[in-house]
Amino acid sequence: MKRPVGVLRFLGTNCDADILQAYEWLGCEAKYIWWADHFKIEDYCGFILPGGFSYGDYLRCGALAAHAPAMSDVRVAAEKGYPVLGICNGFQILCEAALLPGALTKNLSRQFQDQWVEVKSNLTGICKWDGKKNFKYKLPIAHSMGRFIAPGDVLKSLEDKNQIWLTYTKNPNGAMLDIAGICNVTGNVAALMPHPERAMKDWMGSSDGAHILGKLNS
Amino acid sequence: MKKFKVEIMPRDEALDPQGRAVKGALERLGFKTSDCRVGKVVVIEANHSMKEKDIQDMAEKILANPLIETYKVTQL
Repeated sequence: MKRPVGVLRFLGTNCDADILQAYEWLGCEAKYIWWADHFKIEDYCGFILPGGFSYGDYLRCGALAAHAPAMSDVRVAAEKGYPVLGICNGFQILCEAALLPGALTKNLSRQFQDQWVEVKSNLTGICKWDGKKNFKYKLPIAHSMGRFIAPGDVLKSLEDKNQIWLTYTKNPNGAMLDIAGICNVTGNVAALMPHPERAMKDWMGSSDGAHILGKLNS
Repeated sequence: MKKFKVEIMPRDEALDPQGRAVKGALERLGFKTSDCRVGKVVVIEANHSMKEKDIQDMAEKILANPLIETYKVTQL
């Protein structure tokens, strides 16, 4: 039997149930992993860090969750090549854990932005979570700290190594290079600000998110 | 016991929307300022074996994100 997807739950994670529902639709079992627990990496096929407001965004978004006990196992899984995906707050957590470069800062609009966006996947990208190359995904964003920033040399390296996964076709938050999603140098650890789990069926407004979350099941 | 103060400041204005908002409010109250920045302060108490270097480690590891913030450690 196929192993389940591990869905991390921190205090304040709030998109965890949506991820479980999404994988139920995709015909793949998903199980919660509690932040304070250590787990057996081999029991899972991959890991999702869902969106939300872990630890109420105290100190900095994702900063406290990045150092939770379960994250030390996620780090080992990431190094072993397991697929790890961070969504929204999960993106912030992966950056704070230094599993991905850069940081997420306040939107240039200084507002919480809740809207549909179009993000395009990189034709030459190495991201293993990309369901469709050179594809325009319609996905919703819901964040106030979604503006991706990184020093110039890091941005250049992301470009050179094809680690830029998704870019906004119309930049909503001032993210550098219009970045909506990136991956690590090996492509197995990736993250995006939009919420694929909120775009799983046409009646939700789009079903493009299934191409991303479905990568674990393919 | 030893007491340390870690002051954390955002690196530039674009990263400090709080500072911008407070500056606007100050102006509406008639206070003219050329700049206003909002950071945070973490006060740490520990036993005497704690060194300033340990606090620096804390700041590097979790208290500040060097990409977007600067920090200053002072022993109180």
